[in-house]
Amino acid sequence: MAEEEDLSEMANDVERHLKLDPPKPSPPPPCPSHVLENVLENVLKFLTSRRDRNAVSLVSRSWHHVEAQTRFEVFIGNCYSLSPARLTRRFTRVRSLFLKGKPRFADFNLMPPDWGAQFAPWVAATARAYPWLEKVSLKRMFVSDDDLALLAVSFPGFKELVLLCCEGFGTSGVAVVANKCRQLKVLDLIESEVTDDEVDWISCFPEGETHLESLSFDCVESPINFKALEGLVVRSPCLKKLRTNRFVSLEELHTLMVRAPQLTSLGTGSFSSSTHDGAQGEQEPDYASAFRACRSLVCLSGFRELTAEYLPAISPVCANLTSLNFSYANISPDVFKPIIRNCHNIRALDSICDEGLQAVAETCKELRELRIFPFDPSEDSEGPVSGLGLQAISEGCKKLESILYFCQRMTNVAVTAMSENCPQLTVFRLCIMGRHRPDHVTGKPMDDGFGAIVKNCKKLTRLAVSGLLTDQAFSLIGEYGKLIRTLSVAFAGDSDMGLRYILEGCPKLEKLEIRDSPFGDVGLRSGMHRYNDMRFVWMSSCRLSRGACRDIAHTLPSVVVEAFGSDDDDDDDDEDDNADYVETLYMYRSLDGPRKDAPKFVTIL
Amino acid sequence: MDEFVNLKATELRLGLPGTNNVCEERVSCNSNNNKRALQADAENETETSPPRKTQIVGWPPVRSYRKNNVQTKKNESDGESQGIYVKVSMDGAPYLRKIDLSCYKGYSDLLKALELMFEFSVGEYSERDGYKGSDFVPTYEDKDGDWMLIGDVPWEMFECNCKRLRIMKGSEAKCLGSGV
Repeated sequence: MAEEEDLSEMANDVERHLKLDPPKPSPPPPCPSHVLENVLENVLKFLTSRRDRNAVSLVSRSWHHVEAQTRFEVFIGNCYSLSPARLTRRFTRVRSLFLKGKPRFADFNLMPPDWGAQFAPWVAATARAYPWLEKVSLKRMFVSDDDLALLAVSFPGFKELVLLCCEGFGTSGVAVVANKCRQLKVLDLIESEVTDDEVDWISCFPEGETHLESLSFDCVESPINFKALEGLVVRSPCLKKLRTNRFVSLEELHTLMVRAPQLTSLGTGSFSSSTHDGAQGEQEPDYASAFRACRSLVCLSGFRELTAEYLPAISPVCANLTSLNFSYANISPDVFKPIIRNCHNIRALDSICDEGLQAVAETCKELRELRIFPFDPSEDSEGPVSGLGLQAISEGCKKLESILYFCQRMTNVAVTAMSENCPQLTVFRLCIMGRHRPDHVTGKPMDDGFGAIVKNCKKLTRLAVSGLLTDQAFSLIGEYGKLIRTLSVAFAGDSDMGLRYILEGCPKLEKLEIRDSPFGDVGLRSGMHRYNDMRFVWMSSCRLSRGACRDIAHTLPSVVVEAFGSDDDDDDDDEDDNADYVETLYMYRSLDGPRKDAPKFVTIL
Repeated sequence: MDEFVNLKATELRLGLPGTNNVCEERVSCNSNNNKRALQADAENETETSPPRKTQIVGWPPVRSYRKNNVQTKKNESDGESQGIYVKVSMDGAPYLRKIDLSCYKGYSDLLKALELMFEFSVGEYSERDGYKGSDFVPTYEDKDGDWMLIGDVPWEMFECNCKRLRIMKGSEAKCLGSGV
């Protein structure tokens, strides 16, 4: 998803612009201003791009006002960058809200629980201000069952709920949404933690035909009432996307597919037979035939407990697939390769099978996005020589735009090859799981490889680096990474210079996340001129002192500087050194100052 | 450390077809062995290489949701490999038994256990002639539905492919056992 300027940055710009350059008084216009505003309103309704709207809002006060009246979709990249009150004051006709909460490193247990990012104040404010609200998308927010209940009763026309990487709620909250949101078209629970309240939420959908177009619950780790699900699918004629969880067996999946051959996206659940010994007495359903009947199917995922012998059943749809997610499947190369060889039109692939990459490179010429996850996500596990896989992909999939690749070790040659073969890359995220691992053939740092990436991939906006890296790598990133908006660094660099290179060199940098790297106060201070223009900076287990962080906070009043430890035992004030050391720094710009809901372990400097 | 790294590099577990069969991809079987080996090697090289091994929080950066899923699958597949229960029938015996293949380290282990369970003995195994010197021949049904002589293929492959066991006796056994 392309990251665009968020509300606070644009609002910031407006405030600054209007303070520095107030609209000049002019002679009365020939026609009444409200007519002009009307015209403008009608024109602006066609503008959907956030960037365009941000630009428009800067023209003048009246344009700013009209733009605010006609903005129906609001994107807030950091829920703490402004208060809900400010949102509702400025934008009065919001129909769709996208809120992002915790920073990404929270996914990796680097943030203590109960840090914040609660949906509660937002749902309360929008319930009052936007009764016509139709769509809410949340990422990394804490959402409670009460929040969901309030949402369900406050917005009679509510249509779409998307919860990505959220937590705090359970099946009881989902049940309320299912039951009360009668216009619901989309209910997508994606990679979220959903507590099992032992509520049959599927049965809570009202009787009669539904408006459902998309239902995703593959992250719900509790059994569902299959009969109710089947009934729901039958009375949802508009259903296009259905992602079931691993408690749906292959036989049950077959039933669903037969009921809904119009599906375009299918999450296949367990993809294993519920009768362990295969067909015993009863005839096995014709799975291939069911897949064949789904002529519109372009996206497949699931395969949570894959029984490989049934996988060939998906062959009839392989040629039509544009998106395939095998990353939860315990899939071996022998099983993966024959399947992938039919997927000529794949544009997005998620897998753990890095040994099948040669086959991918030979077949998937339309590949745009590739994510290879580790089968064994630990540092010292054995794995194939992955440099060859990366090289093969770069030679075969020239249209590649985005790659996330986990491996144990890598070579500069392979990374350089990718930089040369895939000029369309906008996202390059390489995770060499062995910390500080050099090029395993030459023994040299991975500087050259990543340097080649920033030099050759001129469209690069997102970069994640790993392996043994010196300050030289960061010098290159600063020199060539002029379009980079998001940078992730872990266990890399030699000194403050590394950080300086980035902060002084990358003008478009918005999101910087660093862990376990030897960057200290000098490096941090060198970015003073940048932090107002960035969405956030995260630095954990680096070499920062409280003093430097405090300086930032004092110098930049519109930046909120949070300091906390990854453990809750921050009460180690016995040693002065410890008290001065900042384990985790998370700072972000905000229009409304420090938040009031910070837990005890967070110090706002 | 370079030495160590290059050694691994020349192992050539490449992503090319045909070199590994399905069973060698059972990381749960292999990785444990390799892990032990790695740890042993790692201990020798602590002086020269950067410190690792201590589990670092949040590294590698895989979401716990995904890790748990893999873990579940690993545990389940560990469960499978810890519990590869297959039926064992013996010609002439009134009922079948069930055994857990993963309890055995190899063929000799397995055969000894079978001999105890059914009170018989297999003959001497040879690649050329199968089992000689006994009326009883241990066989198994593989994934393709064929009846195979136990002992021909590597143990791991056998574990993956074995659907059930049958201890054949008498004339049928003789045909199968004597190196056909």
